[in-house]
Amino acid sequence: MVKNAAGRLVPEVVNNQKQVPYKGINKYRPKGVKHRPAVRSCMDYPFDGNKCVESIKAALVKAGIKDGMTISTHHHLRNGDIVTNMLFDAVKELGIKNIRWFPSASFSCHQHLIQYLEDGTIHHIEGSMNGPLGKYTSQGKMKGIGILRSHGGRYQAVQDGEVHIDIAVIAAPTADPFGNANGVTGPAACGLIGFALADSEYADRVIVVTDNMVPFPCVPWQIQGNNVDFVVKVDSLGDSSKIVSGTTEVTKSPDRLLIAEYVARFIEESGIMKDGFSFQAGSGGTNLAFVLFLKERMKAKGIKARFVRGGSTKYLVELLEEGLTDYILDGQTFDLEGVRSMRENPSHVNTSPFTSYNFHGKGNFASMIDAAVLGATEVDVNFNANVVSHSDGYLLHGIGGWQNCLYSKCTILAIPSFRDRIPVIIDSVTTLCGPGELVDVIITERGIAINPRRKDLLDALKDSNLPIRDIKDIKREVDEMCGGKPQKPKIDPKKVVAVVKWVDGTVLDSIYKVKE
Amino acid sequence: MNEYAYAGKRGEGIRSDCYIEIKMHEQKKNEITIKSKVQALYGDSLRLLVDELVAFFGLTNAAILVEDNGALPFVLAARFEAAVKRLNPGEKRCWLPKLHKSNKQSGTAKDRLRRSRLYLPGNEPKFFLNAGLHGPDALILDLEDSVAPVEKDAAMYIVRNALRAIDFYGAEKMVRINQLPAGFQDLEAIIGHGVEVVLLPKTENAQQILDTANEIEKLKKQYKINYDIWLMPIIESAKGVLQAYSIATAHPMVCALAIGLEDYTADLGTQRTLEGKESFFARTMLINAAKAAGIQAIDTVFSDVADMDGLKNSVLEAKALGFEGKGVIHPRQIQVVHAAFAPTAEEIEKAKKIAIAFEEATAKGLGVVSLGSKMIDPPVVKRALRTIELAKLNGLLQ
Repeated sequence: MVKNAAGRLVPEVVNNQKQVPYKGINKYRPKGVKHRPAVRSCMDYPFDGNKCVESIKAALVKAGIKDGMTISTHHHLRNGDIVTNMLFDAVKELGIKNIRWFPSASFSCHQHLIQYLEDGTIHHIEGSMNGPLGKYTSQGKMKGIGILRSHGGRYQAVQDGEVHIDIAVIAAPTADPFGNANGVTGPAACGLIGFALADSEYADRVIVVTDNMVPFPCVPWQIQGNNVDFVVKVDSLGDSSKIVSGTTEVTKSPDRLLIAEYVARFIEESGIMKDGFSFQAGSGGTNLAFVLFLKERMKAKGIKARFVRGGSTKYLVELLEEGLTDYILDGQTFDLEGVRSMRENPSHVNTSPFTSYNFHGKGNFASMIDAAVLGATEVDVNFNANVVSHSDGYLLHGIGGWQNCLYSKCTILAIPSFRDRIPVIIDSVTTLCGPGELVDVIITERGIAINPRRKDLLDALKDSNLPIRDIKDIKREVDEMCGGKPQKPKIDPKKVVAVVKWVDGTVLDSIYKVKE
Repeated sequence: MNEYAYAGKRGEGIRSDCYIEIKMHEQKKNEITIKSKVQALYGDSLRLLVDELVAFFGLTNAAILVEDNGALPFVLAARFEAAVKRLNPGEKRCWLPKLHKSNKQSGTAKDRLRRSRLYLPGNEPKFFLNAGLHGPDALILDLEDSVAPVEKDAAMYIVRNALRAIDFYGAEKMVRINQLPAGFQDLEAIIGHGVEVVLLPKTENAQQILDTANEIEKLKKQYKINYDIWLMPIIESAKGVLQAYSIATAHPMVCALAIGLEDYTADLGTQRTLEGKESFFARTMLINAAKAAGIQAIDTVFSDVADMDGLKNSVLEAKALGFEGKGVIHPRQIQVVHAAFAPTAEEIEKAKKIAIAFEEATAKGLGVVSLGSKMIDPPVVKRALRTIELAKLNGLLQ
């Protein structure tokens, strides 16, 4: 273990791979050439373009599956995904062991895979360990060490060769036998499948799995068939009601609405809301609600955004259709209205972690956004933030695009000051995911804390009647209410169960086994 | 003395509350079991508090179970006290949480702004903590209709502890007690812990006001309380409406008359309509009685929390009739109510002109105020000055 630039202890070797400890924001610049997939030739593929194989198992065999390989999946089917579970059922049937599973994210539905972590089919997970998988990891039961990366960090790891994908399995709501695929149509329509882009370009073998096969050509081809080895037709990709919701509803909680209202007022009063501005909104009650409040303010002042980034929902679609933004740059689609809009409206554009977040890109969209509104499980008095674990030490969430979005011109964390009896502002975060120098504003129902580094924002808001407060002052109030400072979780400092990577591939923090 | 008692809430979906069970047993020592959702974060302090409560109430041979879902200390203590007093109805001791620093200067003015009063069910502490953040003029911790009959005792301890321990961020602290005589017990529990206005439901005659006021005076003396506590009778019956003036003038402690229309319309044998014709007499009667007595007239609640336009219209109508406040049942209603009660820009402009003309006339020693060619009557001047005062209170004028 070594102390990194954030003062956190991190392992120097993880799963036998040597690691670079975090060096600071924009301090580490990997050199060399990008990782590259093997040369392929068209003569090795059917000239009639039909790459269909009868089952996932058959495709895995043709792809040359072996013990210890890396298999990747994407998470656009969210909690409705059954493809990943079918995939590992097939891996198990083939008697393959020690797979490194490399998903772009995991959901509770993937607790089906715990049996394969137990029996050695899967060695460890690199991606995210959500819900039951997070708990399993925190209990120290996973054989290898989990690695948590942001969406951009995942692209970076693929591009600089830290992760070589042997087999990519891409669930596609619509595809043709050549392998062209998209997410805008079909019973499992999820809008776009951009998280599978890197996998399709860099994996040795690419398997597209669909439940909606159309004759060539499948357009739009969000995934290009020219990168695809095999196509498999299955009965269903999953439970469509859990893939996208029929409607996404704004929170009804008065406290969350108050936070959302403060966010909208902050964006207006700080001067961020001006013609041609841009912002990022995610899912989640508070995030949806602030869009509605901001929309009223934009309308009242006749202000229009140039683009908004989602996580799209019907609320962003309404902004687009009412002419309050020129474009939606969409990273994933959360409801049916979002899917419809993406299908029908050329101004609702599909993006990928390459365009939005990639560290090895020649720039990315995330740093161009005027304001990003994000959540967090915890923050500390130095504005450091955590999104993956809770104050009791348990790993429960993935990083998503969160770390990448911190690069926006104004990063706002919209969070309650406590949940039940659990204070959200603490002395030092349980797990460091976002260095405080990138977090500009923390907005709670008890007040708004502006990072002292942002003198410009403090100045802009000095005459505001928004409740601008010192973060320590809010913390004091909440601690007092909750009956004192919380205890530290009981962990085993010798047993690292997972690490958190920074967007550049360095190791930012360690997650430890929780003592039950 | 019973052998077994419990209090509080348990099960899935319970937040910020806890369940306490006490069983007397043969062993000569206590057996304490604590299961908490926040064990990892507050396990030690939970144990300390439970030990303190056990010692305070002198339990020596009991099996005590605490199932905690994130209850704050003031909630846990209230639940524990309820369980102890259900076990031993003769137990008179009260475990009081420390007074919050915002509680030090209690007491408010008789004529303070009371545009909105937010109802909070008395046995649901999870709603209390953030209620004041939404900026209501007043908060009502309700011991009456929102509390199930079997939980009346438990709610009393929760409300008492909340009055002491919680910061309500400047909202006036009101408690709606139960109808007399049950209300006397409520008064005994809450007076002296920071309550500023007592709401007396279903008031029908002046005697009820006198009885309540006398009890409050007695308790104030007993607890050496020297700040004012006000009374707001709620009139909810035909009888009460006809007695409105005698109720309003029954005691100087009465700061406002409020109307409750659900019970009133039931009493008439009719139903509430959006138009409200059925309650027009009662409302205007109550307003007249209040104004004649020189106190505030406060309207009923608007119960459709999703209909903000309906709420706004309802407040504008109430304001036009002469009401100065409205009951609210959801924090999102507060700002709508405040905005609708505030004087309009036009009203403020007109009032300013009249006030300036009045000042000029006074400076010149003129008995008659005129604006342009129009003579302004004294009541018009009075109303203009009140509008300016309201504009200031609503933050619309410096």
